[in-house]
Amino acid sequence: MRYLPKSPADRQTMLRDIGAKSIDDLFAPIPPEYRLGRDLDVPRQMAESEIVDWFRQRSGENGSEFTSFLGAGAYCHYRPVIIDSLISRGEFLTAYTPYQAEVSQGTLQAIFEFQTMISELTGMEAANASMYDGSTATTEAVLMAMRLTGRRRVVVARSVHPEYREVLSTYAYPQSIPIREIAFDQHGRINPSELESAITPETACLLIQSPNFFGTIEDVAAIAEITRRRGVLLVVSIAEAVSLGIVEPPRQADVVALEAQSLGVPLGFGGPYCGVIATREQYVRQMPGRLVGQTIDRNGKRGFVLTLATREQHIRREKATSNICTNQALVALMASIFMTVYGKVGLRELAKQNLAKAAYACQQFSKCAKILFAPAPRFNEFVVQTKEDPHVVNSRLLGHKIIGGFPLKKFFPELGNAALWCCTETVTRSAIDTAVGMLAESEADEPATEAEEVAL
Amino acid sequence: MKRMTRKATRHVSQNEGLIFEKSSPGKAAWRLPPLDVPEANPASLLGQAEREDLGNMPEVSEVEIIRHFTRLSTWNYAIDLGMYPLGSCTMKYNPRVNEAVNRLEGVANVHPYQPEKISQGALAIMKTLSECLIEITGMDAITLQPAAGAHGELTGLLLVRAFLESKGRPRQKILIPDSAHGTNPATAATVGYAVENLKSNSAGMVDVAALAAQMNEEVAALMLTNPNTLGIFEKEIHTIADILHSKGGLLYMDGANMNALVAKVRPGDFGVDLMHLNLHKTFSTPHGGGGPGSGPVAVKRALEPFLPRPVIVTKANGTLGFDYDRPQAVGRVRAFYGNFGMFTRALAYIMANGPDGLRQTTEDAVLNANYIRKGLQGAYDLPYPTASMHEVVFSDKLQAKKGVRTMDLAKRLIDYGFHPYTTAFPLIVAGALMIEPTESESKEELDLFIEAMRSIAEEVEEDPTAVREAPHSTRVSRLDEVAAARKPVLRWKKASNS
Repeated sequence: MRYLPKSPADRQTMLRDIGAKSIDDLFAPIPPEYRLGRDLDVPRQMAESEIVDWFRQRSGENGSEFTSFLGAGAYCHYRPVIIDSLISRGEFLTAYTPYQAEVSQGTLQAIFEFQTMISELTGMEAANASMYDGSTATTEAVLMAMRLTGRRRVVVARSVHPEYREVLSTYAYPQSIPIREIAFDQHGRINPSELESAITPETACLLIQSPNFFGTIEDVAAIAEITRRRGVLLVVSIAEAVSLGIVEPPRQADVVALEAQSLGVPLGFGGPYCGVIATREQYVRQMPGRLVGQTIDRNGKRGFVLTLATREQHIRREKATSNICTNQALVALMASIFMTVYGKVGLRELAKQNLAKAAYACQQFSKCAKILFAPAPRFNEFVVQTKEDPHVVNSRLLGHKIIGGFPLKKFFPELGNAALWCCTETVTRSAIDTAVGMLAESEADEPATEAEEVAL
Repeated sequence: MKRMTRKATRHVSQNEGLIFEKSSPGKAAWRLPPLDVPEANPASLLGQAEREDLGNMPEVSEVEIIRHFTRLSTWNYAIDLGMYPLGSCTMKYNPRVNEAVNRLEGVANVHPYQPEKISQGALAIMKTLSECLIEITGMDAITLQPAAGAHGELTGLLLVRAFLESKGRPRQKILIPDSAHGTNPATAATVGYAVENLKSNSAGMVDVAALAAQMNEEVAALMLTNPNTLGIFEKEIHTIADILHSKGGLLYMDGANMNALVAKVRPGDFGVDLMHLNLHKTFSTPHGGGGPGSGPVAVKRALEPFLPRPVIVTKANGTLGFDYDRPQAVGRVRAFYGNFGMFTRALAYIMANGPDGLRQTTEDAVLNANYIRKGLQGAYDLPYPTASMHEVVFSDKLQAKKGVRTMDLAKRLIDYGFHPYTTAFPLIVAGALMIEPTESESKEELDLFIEAMRSIAEEVEEDPTAVREAPHSTRVSRLDEVAAARKPVLRWKKASNS
């Protein structure tokens, strides 16, 4: 086996030194009746070339070379080449969690820089070293708000990503945390009067997303005015991090939960991604997840360590702020490199291109279909309502190497034949024009019947 | 440093400040293509929501970024540099073909919501891996959704709760041995269970009589690591399972130490009802400086209806798809389907090994641990003489007499060119040295490690102060963690000029 660095002679020598007759002696603690007396039924040992071939075939079945209008929590932005060059360095790729600071300063300083950049980007005072993904970061942010307030009720906007809400409900259920969902108005945004009535003295926090699941930017300042007056914390989830290049960050929030996938992380069929929580300085001791802090060594030299570990499971066990153990260090590093490449000016220009593409697409689509929630500001996503079922539309678009918008019927049946379209900087004008053209054709005709075969 | 080490030599490494300290206006590492649609006017599109300023985000050139991160990387220890004997962490070699296949265009750039028709390759990767892991664990069904080991534990206990609820009520307690990882009790609390400690016996195993006495109809499950954190196989595992089952409880196995078992014995065959795996341990996906991981949960048939949504199914027309119509599901524990990038790597690892390679891997992992145990006996105290599987736990009892503790010994190991072992864990051993070499170490590397550890033991006798002040050869000496926690500095700030 090519990964094992021992010759048969080495093994014999080692067994002899140990004083074992054969390798079976070392497995004697396992009662014989449970030992597996056969080969595992898994693929036979394959050559590297065979493995590459197998995955190439799978890769081919996934249909590349499509132009995609999908967003909905996972965004296709261009990834600068140096991201993979740098994260492929074995010293980053194959290092463990930096508990031993003296031999982990590289990872630790990189995380400290990540925390700084995320703080700057979100307009918060501090950020953690990253979490599993946006959905779990959002859920952990809500649990954090409950610890901070000592209250148990949560109000959640229905315009938060449906899968994020499902994760929150999954975590909330065993702890019997009551969740009140509030509807969106005709602009796809939170309805302030419904918010007022949903908040009670037991409410710990309000969770919103901005840009929300429909791509609409919430009026965070106005919402924060309500939450502050009513004494509840405001948790803002952000799924499209590139928006922060041009959209004012939710500075009035108490906790921000960000999905950093947009910042240089491959789509990768949904993961690994990179969640992160940012908050005010006064709240960091209730923040879950790893944190890197600056300190000095015995000679007064600057260095970095994992800090505030007394919040964490390996010290506090069942009294920890969370059971979380890992962060997503290597994915956070991708995000750090992406943010460094684009930087202060580039992030704004990148976001501006997204804004322009979506604005153009929206304008074009509005000629043949209805744009829902149109008056509210948006970043790079918008909802198109058609006469025809979007699955049918998409099925036709696929033939032209275009993946259409995400049909919303599964999550929001009340919106009818609506789909969520996303235009990042990678979408060309000609792809937009083609998609609009095909939509216009079908919208002019009679609506397709249910009998027509649906690709999904 | 009086003694010379054969493993490492000091060399020059570059100094490097924070990226923000290199930034100055006008430098850039990016260029966008010309816009092919009309320019947007942010003020009119966004109004008050327009952002004017990005604060202290850096402005640097590409070569500076390459040098910055490359310099930082050279300050890290890594598997690629040598043995990483962290107990319970299974720091094995991370094969590069795993990285290569994960970066194939049609693997890396698949959108999670793209139509299933053009996601068949991704679904096939998940399906094939699922089948392999089910076979390896001896279980009946699996979810790949959890993003890490602790996330797998959480999913597992949600399944326990849902299963017991379907039988009447969720019960109140989880039993956890005193040798368990901290994530176990933290997870139990997250899922709304009270934690009851289970004492180990003098051999370092579950005290079966105590378990029988503590087991009652309020206990939902026992969370057991096997081999446990002392590296000892729980011989009476089936009796343990019987005790749980006789009162309607479940046996949850923490698969952190699965590297001792693969292809030799299957948890499903010794009474385990559900368990999580750590793909970043047993199945060679890289740790990446602390993540991403992946923590699939494998279950017996009775728990299958409760698995998180969605599950992969083969449709009537023979294609693969996701089934969301799972009325008894616990919900979902993260968005989309899990850390897919880790699935490709784990599957590539299984394919590179095959059944024979997986078995040889496990045998070598156990051989290596026992070789270290033999090599260090006498130099270090071995608190539990019970046979070791893939890891061995010593204590600092002999060295503590000279005022040298496990952390000091670990830090001194750095000067010898090794990463430290796991210190002060498990908690049932005072001053633990927890050592797991994995199968990836050659006899030469193990001999160097043993030599280094024996040399340090001698140094403790000759010059304990030098060991207490180690490491002596690193860029930074021991860092002031107390100061870091007392007044946390968690970000760079322009004003502080630091």
